[in-house]
Amino acid sequence: MPIEILMPALSPTMEEGNLSKWLKNEGDKVVAGDVIAEIETDKATMEVEAVDEGTLARIVVPAGTEGVKVNALIAVLAADGEDMTRAAEGAGEEAPAKAAAPAAAPAPAKSEAAAPVAAAPRTEVAADPDIPAGTEMVSMTVREALRDAMAEEMRRDADVFVMGEEVAEYQGAYKITQGLLQEFGPRRVVDTPITEHGFAGVGVGAAMAGLKPIVEFMTFNFAMQAIDQIVNSAAKTLYMSGGQMGAPIVFRGPSGAAARVAAQHSQCYAAWYSHIPGLKVVMPYSAADAKGLLKAAIRDPNPVIFLENEILYGHHFDVPKMDDFVLPIGKARIHKPGKDVTIVSFGIGMTYAIKAEAELAAMGIDAEIIDLRTIRPLDFDTIIASVKKTNRLVVVEEGFPQSSVGDFVANQVSQRAFDHLDAPVITIAGKDVPMPYAANLEKLALPNVAEVVEAVKAVTYR
Amino acid sequence: MATAAKKAPAKAKSDSKSPSAPVTPKPVEFTKDQDLNAYREMLLIRRFEEKAGQLYGMGFIGGFCHLYIGQEAVVTGLQMSLIEGDQMITAYRDHGHMLAMGLSARGVMAELTGRRGGLSKGKGGSMHMFSKEKHFYGGHGIVGAQVSLGTGLAFANRYRENPNVSVTYFGDGAANQGQVYESFNMAALWKLPVIYVIENNRYAMGTAVTRASAETDFSQRGVSFKIPGIKVDGMDVRAVKAAGDLATEWCRSGNGPIILEMETYRYRGHSMSDPAKYRSKDEVQKMRSEHDPIEQVKARLIAKKWASEDDLKAVDKDVRDIVADAADFAQTDPEPDASELWTDILI
Ligand SMILES: Cc1ncc(C[n+]2csc(CCOP(=O)(O)OP(=O)(O)O)c2C)c(N)n1
Ligand SMILES: [Mg+2]
Repeated sequence: MPIEILMPALSPTMEEGNLSKWLKNEGDKVVAGDVIAEIETDKATMEVEAVDEGTLARIVVPAGTEGVKVNALIAVLAADGEDMTRAAEGAGEEAPAKAAAPAAAPAPAKSEAAAPVAAAPRTEVAADPDIPAGTEMVSMTVREALRDAMAEEMRRDADVFVMGEEVAEYQGAYKITQGLLQEFGPRRVVDTPITEHGFAGVGVGAAMAGLKPIVEFMTFNFAMQAIDQIVNSAAKTLYMSGGQMGAPIVFRGPSGAAARVAAQHSQCYAAWYSHIPGLKVVMPYSAADAKGLLKAAIRDPNPVIFLENEILYGHHFDVPKMDDFVLPIGKARIHKPGKDVTIVSFGIGMTYAIKAEAELAAMGIDAEIIDLRTIRPLDFDTIIASVKKTNRLVVVEEGFPQSSVGDFVANQVSQRAFDHLDAPVITIAGKDVPMPYAANLEKLALPNVAEVVEAVKAVTYR
Repeated sequence: MATAAKKAPAKAKSDSKSPSAPVTPKPVEFTKDQDLNAYREMLLIRRFEEKAGQLYGMGFIGGFCHLYIGQEAVVTGLQMSLIEGDQMITAYRDHGHMLAMGLSARGVMAELTGRRGGLSKGKGGSMHMFSKEKHFYGGHGIVGAQVSLGTGLAFANRYRENPNVSVTYFGDGAANQGQVYESFNMAALWKLPVIYVIENNRYAMGTAVTRASAETDFSQRGVSFKIPGIKVDGMDVRAVKAAGDLATEWCRSGNGPIILEMETYRYRGHSMSDPAKYRSKDEVQKMRSEHDPIEQVKARLIAKKWASEDDLKAVDKDVRDIVADAADFAQTDPEPDASELWTDILI
């Protein structure tokens, strides 16, 4: 039996990659552990090691191929003593089908294990009034937008510096700080030991002394080690000092579920930090918002919690090409205007809202989508203006349901715009359980598009 | 102090019993059976981890997956010094620890694939696995958290006045977390029977110890708390066993905590998605060819004529069969029932 070599998955969120290089040629002998090829993902270049012994009978996907799906057949290995030409031909028969339909590759778990949220469909996005009409747009990933925001602010202000685990030499665990060490040097791009509570405190102290730290948490799950310094020191000093000193600091990093990283690595912190007076909390969805709001956060004289999302890092969006693109913190964005129902969401929750909107449109329901962008202070003006128009509200987020952001929105809207509501507000959130590891359970624990569609149907009495 | 001691002879007596600081013991001599066992145990971990890497590439295992390849001697050697009831706790690089504790390869592998036959019913995954029956307390994803927990296990032993020790593993990177030192202080203050095993594999993700630690001699990290520590060749299973004997004896005699710094090395990247560009291929190759824990035992078995190449091949075949069976099980066992989403949240 020839051994099929499939495109390997190399990270929790990888769906495809580029096959940049073959290090073995057809006819070469291969032993387990040999590096046979190099694969490029959006995060890194990885080596593919052979796991079996044999002779490389046929290379199915040539070097330089982009967008090779995980589990697609990339080469065929003839086992020791096997006829090489036969092996190459035998596998060749099924190869085209497999390569074309990687979903059918022999790994049933994979289809379920794929990243829980794929890129949202490209709907027409309403113009952001904060971007001048006619501005040229460039497509970039959220990852690049965040990096550019930091680089621009570091060029602009010598007091801005970045610190965190693996931010410098490793170029960021999720490659958000790529290139910053090279441009700004180790004084301003600082690798820390794994000591979150300590370096969060060091950051706050430096901020109290007037520097403007950007503290990266590898993920916000690890900021729970540091939450005392964030809440008790960063958020309260301005108040406790009677306004004498505060902490102009940004705490940023990915928050929420990635893919299959289970209970201790999959929590959304939007609601947690939104509870705290003295903090601002920003959670962008698009690359443009990521860039404009991170720049605003760095300039803000207050502590800002900036919540990113690992799955969104690789998503592409249009970003205005401007010398200095800064967005206001505390202002929601109407992603898509509509008249029948208001769907409020933020961060990765937007992907569910956007997909649901497309399905609803097909049913003749015209939904307005609002992207909160900032969780604290929350832009109720925009929400209430929308509810006055649609009279119905659904809120979508990935975090836990109790005391969620949606709960707060629902509460405020019912107090401030009760007479305008034609139905109770429905909040869609993650399930009230720690994030399970199993692929099927993880899927169940997260919100889904059908739930959003159902909620909209309920509030519109359809 | 001295006068106080004179006035309270009972106390003075226990003070004077304070043993001299332990030093790194010589590697123990293994019997043929011990060497054969160690060979088999370490090989099982290695083959298991190789298979796990393979299943990850195929998409059967998701999320983070941290392989223990290269570090097998640490857990295998220490396990040989333990008695029934001793507890073990570690971080996310935990597959080898579970196998060494005698947990079934099927149960561990099925947890990696998130199936119902997994040790946590598929709900914990690679980083979060537990076994009450074998006194394995996890499997923890938050760097350093297990150190306080392990100290708490030792607290329970002292409380119940049982002879057991808590073997608390953590990495060179974790050794910088604040709660480690809070735990050290309490463990020393209350003389808790805990062995802090620092698996110094020279890197925490992409950070070499010299870039993250002001004091890189981890065996001395307990000095301020009067916790003795020794450095151990963590690539030599006999050296590890010798250190394990010393440390368990130290703890069981009521001397309180002890630190074992295991000098070891991981061959693979930090997790599956780490390209490991922070170290040279030569460095990895040198460790593999000169210090491999399994090759060391193999060479000894052959030199002493305790086993032939064929005997060892047979062991390898056995081990491969166990791993293949575990992998088959882990791929075919069903996912957990949907109702499991809502179980085990509260009792
Ligand atoms: C509190 C916390 N911070 C950061 C991380 C991310 N992280 C996971 S493993 C790791 C490196 C730990 O290295 P070390 O303690 O040396 O253990 P090793 O991986 O070498 O076994 C980091 C930074 C985490 N899981 N938890
Ligand atoms: Mg380490």
